Amino acid sequence: MDAPVEMYRMMCLIRQYENRMAEVYAEGKSPLFSIAAGPVPGEMHLAAGQEPVAVGVIHHLREEDVVTAPHRPHHFAIAKHVDLRRMTAEIFGRTDGLSHGKGGHMHLFDPRVHFSCSGIVGASFPPAVGAALAFRHRGQDHVAVAFAGEGAANQGTFHESLNLAATWKAPVIFVIEDNHYAISVAKDTSTAIAKNSDRAGAYGIPGVFIRGNDVLAISEAASEAIARARAGKGPSLLEIETTRFFGHFQGDAEAYLHPGEKDTWRALDPIPRFRDSLFAQRLLTADQDVAIQQEVAELVEDAIAFARESPEPQPADALTDVFA
Amino acid sequence: MTTTIRKLTMARAISEAIAQEMARDPNVLVWGEDVGVYGGIFGATQGLYQKFGQDRVIDTPISESAFIGAAIGASAEGLRPIVELMFVDFFGVAMDQIYNHLAKNHYMSGGSVTLPVVLMTAIGGGYSDAAQHSQTLYSLFAHVPGLKIVVPSNAYDAKGLMTTAIRDNNPVMYFFHKGLLGLGWMPSDDWAEVHVPEEAYTIPFGQAANIGEGTDISIITIGAMVPKASKVREQLRQEGISVEVLDLRTLVPLDKQAIIQTAKKTHRVLIVDEDYRSFGMSGEVAAILAEDALDYLECPVRRLAIPDVPIPYSRPLEQFTIPSTTRIADTVRAMMD
Ligand SMILES: Cc1ncc(C[n+]2csc(CCOP(=O)(O)OP(=O)(O)O)c2C)c(N)n1
Ligand SMILES: [Mg+2]
Repeated sequence: MDAPVEMYRMMCLIRQYENRMAEVYAEGKSPLFSIAAGPVPGEMHLAAGQEPVAVGVIHHLREEDVVTAPHRPHHFAIAKHVDLRRMTAEIFGRTDGLSHGKGGHMHLFDPRVHFSCSGIVGASFPPAVGAALAFRHRGQDHVAVAFAGEGAANQGTFHESLNLAATWKAPVIFVIEDNHYAISVAKDTSTAIAKNSDRAGAYGIPGVFIRGNDVLAISEAASEAIARARAGKGPSLLEIETTRFFGHFQGDAEAYLHPGEKDTWRALDPIPRFRDSLFAQRLLTADQDVAIQQEVAELVEDAIAFARESPEPQPADALTDVFA
Repeated sequence: MTTTIRKLTMARAISEAIAQEMARDPNVLVWGEDVGVYGGIFGATQGLYQKFGQDRVIDTPISESAFIGAAIGASAEGLRPIVELMFVDFFGVAMDQIYNHLAKNHYMSGGSVTLPVVLMTAIGGGYSDAAQHSQTLYSLFAHVPGLKIVVPSNAYDAKGLMTTAIRDNNPVMYFFHKGLLGLGWMPSDDWAEVHVPEEAYTIPFGQAANIGEGTDISIITIGAMVPKASKVREQLRQEGISVEVLDLRTLVPLDKQAIIQTAKKTHRVLIVDEDYRSFGMSGEVAAILAEDALDYLECPVRRLAIPDVPIPYSRPLEQFTIPSTTRIADTVRAMMD
């Protein structure tokens, strides 16, 4: 598969996963919504609409490269080739999950592909700097990529990590996903400047703002930042404008949005736009597209079936794993 | 005179207390993440933005260290800030401001600086929110000298204790349990939804509430474990066991007399806590009993708490870690044997 088609396929896989996860999450939660009910309880932050960010960047990474992700992690995890079955089983809280049910949707760890995430806003930045230090120390040309929302760029860890990475010339790429909101708080309410990428200047590193939620534009900028890091030239900051198709979490009434705001975003869905450009360039045929949709749907159903069939953990398993 | 029953959820009781104090004192301001239009993720600030506007109810960036620290400076200059830390679990990014400054500046200044700050925060698990969103952690903040620690178990106490907190000239940490708020979108204990007088009132800190008298055994507890202990009390009454339930309501100041008194009365004490077992509330109460009431005890003090593991995500795992009514009842029965 050509690289653009492979990126397209990955975006479709993520979209299918998130749409199905929205349905699975809703199971057992009607007529009355309860966050605690159903086969997948707890909070659920979905990333439909934000696929280009994950795919455009992670597409350039190797298995050994590190990705640290925030509370909205599925698109990053899938793009980093986290085991889809075990990730899904984890979200279902089952024994075959990545963490045997101890972590859940905001706490996915797959050391095999060097992926981790956290439910604490701003927590993805420092570990990426440390991973980058480890690579540099061992003379490897791997890189670390820290993803976070635009809301996280007002957290101290963001500024401390940028400075630390810059002084260490660490091979790390900071990627801010600007989906305009941090829960109900709009970026222009919370952030003193329009572009977080301009903050790179304060730490003497390159900062790039990428508009349009366009996977190829993202891929191009990411490629440069990653090459720079691999070449030992230090960190970069990318800020990528994107859109959140679901609520902050499932169950969010989104009363804080302007009327029609969501429709505008949905009308700019990055997946059909990318598909049409692939059609126009004859990189993809309608038949191939059908085959891709079928293949990703099967992968997602397989993962969900695997999760449902996996046994629930034994209650006393809660006591293990506190220490190594 | 007819007394009309006005049942409020705990979330409504908290926001009502804040609204009344904001109306009474223009120096009371509220800030935190999503406290404005959203009304607080857990509804503790519902209606305040509409009533008092964006100058007094302020949505902050996700910068807890800065906005909690800002409450220190603002209060030193005469404001009475109420600041929301969305979940107590997020304390980490702001801990220096809380532990080394908010708690200590009054003492380090020889009493010359006062910081009338209410830092309110959501606690508790039971709905699969995993290790970073389910803790209670009040003992961690009770450990450092200088912070008053309030943990209401019902709407009546929630309102009175919030009013006291706002009027107090010290930093007060106010912990509301998500499972008591009456949110509708997560399980909530109806027990907490009680009559709340419309007018403002205060409940003094340092006074435990005796939730139900008993003669055979005492359960000393706090927060969301109070309704559970009450249910166990009802259940065991049918088995002929008379249980007394003491709701501590505040950890700092702590009603030591009430702890000693109940031990003297029933001679058996079970401590039930939704915080980690080691080095916390349950250990502190047990130590008080060992120091001041040992001679009155007929059997060793027992504790039920989170068994020193992070709160797991998966439902069966999480339910194993949080003390349940079944576990409480079984422990009481075992202590009566
Ligand atoms: C330290 C900390 N503060 C607050 C929160 C609560 N919280 C979770 S997600 C979120 C908004 C994050 O916004 P953003 O970084 O833009 O990411 P998005 O949700 O838009 O993907 C907040 C405030 C948290 N998890 N951790
Ligand atoms: Mg955002």
